[in-house]
Amino acid sequence: MIAKEKFRVCPDTGFKVFDTTEKLIKINAVVAVVFLAVGGLFGLLVALTRWPAVHLLPADLFYLVLTAHGADVLLFWIVFFEVAVLYFAGSVLLNVRLAAPRWAWAAFILMLVGAVMANVAVLQGESSVMLTSYVPMRAATHFYLGLILFAVGALVAMFVFFGTLVIAKEEKTYEGSVPLVTFGAIVAAIIAVYTIASGAIILIPTLLWSLDLVADIDSVMYKLVWWGMGHSSQQINMATQVSIWYCIAAMVLGAKPLSEKVSRGAFLLYIVFLQLASAHHLLVEPGISSEWKVFNTSYALYLAVLGSMIHGMSIPGAVECAQRRRGFNEGMFGWLRKAPWGNPAFSGMALSVVLFGILGGITGVVLGAEQLNIIMHNTLYVPGHFHGTVVAGTTLAFMAITYLVVPLIFRREIIWPKVAQWQPYLFGLGVTGISLFMMGAGTLGVSRRHWDMAFTDAPLNFDVPPAAFLMMGLNGISAVIASIGGIMFILVIVGTILFGKKRGEDACRTNPVILPGGGATVMAAGSEGTLKLPGTIALVSVFFAAFVLYYFVNWKYLSEVWPLS
Amino acid sequence: MALTPPENPHWWREPLHRMEIGWITIAFLWGLFMFGVMVYWHINGEQNLSNEAYRVNPDVYGEKVEAFAEKYTVRTEGKTEIPVVKPPPGSDIYMLGRLWEWWPILELQKDQTYRLHLSSMDWQHGFSLQPTNINLQVHPKYEMVVTLKPTKSGEFGVVCNEFCGIGHHTMLGKIYVVDK
Repeated sequence: MIAKEKFRVCPDTGFKVFDTTEKLIKINAVVAVVFLAVGGLFGLLVALTRWPAVHLLPADLFYLVLTAHGADVLLFWIVFFEVAVLYFAGSVLLNVRLAAPRWAWAAFILMLVGAVMANVAVLQGESSVMLTSYVPMRAATHFYLGLILFAVGALVAMFVFFGTLVIAKEEKTYEGSVPLVTFGAIVAAIIAVYTIASGAIILIPTLLWSLDLVADIDSVMYKLVWWGMGHSSQQINMATQVSIWYCIAAMVLGAKPLSEKVSRGAFLLYIVFLQLASAHHLLVEPGISSEWKVFNTSYALYLAVLGSMIHGMSIPGAVECAQRRRGFNEGMFGWLRKAPWGNPAFSGMALSVVLFGILGGITGVVLGAEQLNIIMHNTLYVPGHFHGTVVAGTTLAFMAITYLVVPLIFRREIIWPKVAQWQPYLFGLGVTGISLFMMGAGTLGVSRRHWDMAFTDAPLNFDVPPAAFLMMGLNGISAVIASIGGIMFILVIVGTILFGKKRGEDACRTNPVILPGGGATVMAAGSEGTLKLPGTIALVSVFFAAFVLYYFVNWKYLSEVWPLS
Repeated sequence: MALTPPENPHWWREPLHRMEIGWITIAFLWGLFMFGVMVYWHINGEQNLSNEAYRVNPDVYGEKVEAFAEKYTVRTEGKTEIPVVKPPPGSDIYMLGRLWEWWPILELQKDQTYRLHLSSMDWQHGFSLQPTNINLQVHPKYEMVVTLKPTKSGEFGVVCNEFCGIGHHTMLGKIYVVDK
């Protein structure tokens, strides 16, 4: 029976696409997009409430919607999509059937039931505890249960992926080492396993506590273990999105990594050091030593940051190399000017790389410096930072690859190509605004997760600087722009899946979505003797200068704060 | 390419590009430097947390804060008549967080040092002193101690910046800093 697994050969890529894999990729991706739509709408409501002139929702609904926003986009949208990416990187790229398809379906159903259950719990109004659900604040039992079911489902999906790798190895469906994109996916899946384990370790006792079966949960210990899930899961995103960057560069430009060794080594740094980042959330907590904080918050010696900085060079390097080999060799940036900026997969990827590095990466390092955290903890600077990583970085990368997944896996031609062409720019612009203005307001001391910065109902009064009100207005406008970008994405993708023209067998010639000939045009890049890459050196230098400058500016701010010891 | 197995089966033996070696070296050294800055700030910087903390029963902590307030109250303020407490410079001073207030109001002298004790009576709260922008996480059952020295006089708000339920946005406290 196993031998009879049906597959088709993709006319665009030549990869074998098995029926079960295709169905599971589709269903996980579709459900992911649904959660993006729902969670994105909640996000817009949050931003419109925090826009002082609009102040849309009443307080109770605001906190409810904010909880739902976090769960739907940070967890459900991203993890469903990641499962689709893993099945692609395992089964499709290695030309092998998916291991244990029944388990893959069970994983999907568990995740869906969990996600819906958590949403119901939040919408019922008894679980407005924020995604972090810090004890001793208590949510309804089925809130925790929903999250646990979702996590167990995700764990099962990871093992289906690992099983697929084993089958590919045994049946020798590929030669030598796995492709880099699959390697990155493996890294994501390994991180996911210990991330989900952390989640289980803390959420199961919390569930029992919500039933009064456990007397007490220590609030500092809760944060330590919860963030072993909460922060490490962002590193799953990180590994997945970097894989997607390599994947898009390969498909659209035929780019190959400058050096397999360097790129894979950088991925390995993630596995070893990323889970220390739970410390980022404990820097102003009582009773934890500074030695512990300094070591963990810096991922040992910033070794995971080193991994990201390496990818930050090797992605533009791979693109420059591929472009120069294709003949776009003019000057320092001719390759960049001649890049396919009208292709939403490429532009989305490029924006994701740049915005992630600058808005998410640099600010993350600053936020995670032990003492600098004192002037930023729990202010709007924090969501400003992570909208740079998770929205401008991860979500934009996932959107970008969707523009390739839909024609290749769903076999449909994108409807409204013009809308698709502008979508990454509009979304990127909106998210840039969201991230910058929230960080600006945070620097002025505005609190995150807060309904009323004017303190109208408070028994005392306190005046926030007027500039902060302006920032929150601009944040609202940016959120509207990002939402328009988000709606364009949903309309194009859902419209294409439902009504798009079927992609024919010869479309790979008449309307190619991946570079004709693929990697064959760019053989032998990488390692010594490759082209000079002055453009990449310039881009990386600008990034590094911005990093150093911004880092020192923040220490200057800190030095002006009241002395503390 | 990235979608197919590496063309060179011995990819780990490929020599590195000069640009790659250069960038990895710079990034690694920058990491070491940033690590060093945090250590340096503990030695020479003025803004560090002591991490001093004690386990405490919320009721016991509440009694301590009340005794402290009773001793040094100089006036009351606001609709709820919150005491304004003026402790002597150099002393241990206390504030508690509860749903939904920071209690009591403190009046401190500029350029004097105080040992500030913080704890929560119920859920987690965020002590966010504005506009100077000092932010500390306050847990129930943990009494944290921070030594601080106000360097500016004026009126400072203590915003709660950890979500603590439906009244979270009304949770506000105050610290006055007066010239001697």
